[in-house]
Amino acid sequence: MNGNPSSSPLVMEPPWVRRALIAFACLHIGLLIVLPFASVLWQAFSHGLSTFSQLLATRDTRSAIALTLSIAAIAVPVNSLFGLLLAWGLTHLRFPGRRFLLTLLDLPFSISPVVAGLLFILIFGNNGYLGPFLRSHHLKVIFAFPGLLLVTLFVTMPFVAKELIPLMDDADHDEEEAARLLGGSWWRIFWKITFPNIKWGLLYGIVLCTARAMGEFGAVAVVSGSIRGRTNTLPLHIEALFQDGDLPAASAAASLLALLGIISLVSRGIAARLRKRSEALRLSAPSSTP
Amino acid sequence: MSRSLANSNASSQSAHRLAMGLGLTYMSLLVLMPIAGLLLRSIQLPPGEYLRVLQAPETMAAFRLSFGHAFLAALFNTVTGVPVAWVLARYAFPGKRLLDVWIDLPFALPTAVAGIALCTLYGPHGFLGAPLAKLGLKVAYTHWGVFIAMSFVSIPFVIRTVQPALLNLDPSQEEAAACLGASRLYCLRRVILPELLPSILTGFSMAFARDIGEYGSIIFIAGNIPGETEILPLRIVHALECYDYAGATVLAIAMMVASFLLLLLINLLQKRQTS
Repeated sequence: MNGNPSSSPLVMEPPWVRRALIAFACLHIGLLIVLPFASVLWQAFSHGLSTFSQLLATRDTRSAIALTLSIAAIAVPVNSLFGLLLAWGLTHLRFPGRRFLLTLLDLPFSISPVVAGLLFILIFGNNGYLGPFLRSHHLKVIFAFPGLLLVTLFVTMPFVAKELIPLMDDADHDEEEAARLLGGSWWRIFWKITFPNIKWGLLYGIVLCTARAMGEFGAVAVVSGSIRGRTNTLPLHIEALFQDGDLPAASAAASLLALLGIISLVSRGIAARLRKRSEALRLSAPSSTP
Repeated sequence: MSRSLANSNASSQSAHRLAMGLGLTYMSLLVLMPIAGLLLRSIQLPPGEYLRVLQAPETMAAFRLSFGHAFLAALFNTVTGVPVAWVLARYAFPGKRLLDVWIDLPFALPTAVAGIALCTLYGPHGFLGAPLAKLGLKVAYTHWGVFIAMSFVSIPFVIRTVQPALLNLDPSQEEAAACLGASRLYCLRRVILPELLPSILTGFSMAFARDIGEYGSIIFIAGNIPGETEILPLRIVHALECYDYAGATVLAIAMMVASFLLLLLINLLQKRQTS
């Protein structure tokens, strides 16, 4: 069993301490996490569904949703593919500087979203490195769709790779080795051995990547220019409604986006359960050991 | 037979190399080159620019606010997070799984949603904001709002680093201490806490780093007044709105140096933890 000593009376706290700690934990999470979440939902639904129907009737809202969906539709597949390539390469090759690369992979997470936006303004903005080139060719990146897409790619780059690297590291490389000795092609090894081990992790990474791609605020705010109906994504539209003083509408828009958070939490639970089950299956199946 | 084996080995090696090459090219173009661009800009700036930006009273106030409140919020989440991690790792009670799921919500929720949520709760007409205002404590649009938002977004870090460390703790040490007559509190202080310290520190610095960079959730609930409730990332945004690219670059470099030092610290701590 794991090192959980709760069964041993020798190292157990008195019941009142236990009860007090449990009450504290529930109160803490209830007050600090559940209450704000319930409050925004209450604000959104307090007038029934009419707030939502009014919100969705406006053109600006619909265009914000369309823009957010189209950014995610490009950013998520691209970053999933390259995340898979990076994770596969980094876990199957040993070379000097590998650990350094793993640290670099964290950079988009450790940089403030605002700085991420700034990075792309310094390159593609009017005074940026490529500014004169873009101007002479009448191309617009900043305050336009390409800029929004680029910063979204930047901030969501590590999700899939970060999710897969520990899985691919933990997985038995012996099985892949055996398959290679039997003359299996790299494609068959990947498809028959590597992929089944990582598929749930991959799915969860994609969910996280999608949630962030649709929910990113700071980096997108910097490069968007916030032109309503044109470059406002859904999170930016929430801020615009908030600035207008329309808290119910802002809350309704926020609840739409909050769905993303709920989906990623639920799929986290599902992914963990499926992973556990497929591991149990693999261990019990005699055919998996040659 | 041996030739086909060699072929298969070589082909999978080159497939790995190709994947690595493609992935690295992508990462260099998307992440490393833009960062190099910022660094290049920062070197080209005359030192006078640095002095102009960093000595401005509003900048110093933003530094104090961001770093001070990030430290306080991370400290708050450390002090409250360790007991929560303890409860989750050691006790069985109804609703435990549900509690465990809720903890990840600040990670999963888009920052703009978190900002609006905190605003509806702590705003002047909010469920908590209204009674607090009656007591004379204004949270929204003051520096307290900054603290609340920073605390919210960094709740999970300490809990999620300490929880696995607690589960991995060897119970025989605690049993030995108890057999030798140590009280539970003494054992906590001398046996358990020293073992947990590296993961507590890791969680703390991750929370601290996140709070310094946080933007979306804070600007909804902070007053955003320069010199008073303007956080460092917002100062960068304001500089960009005035087309002051040099100023934004200086502020970003100062922030990135801080983030880099924190990342280094986290890595060192984790290394000590594993050894």
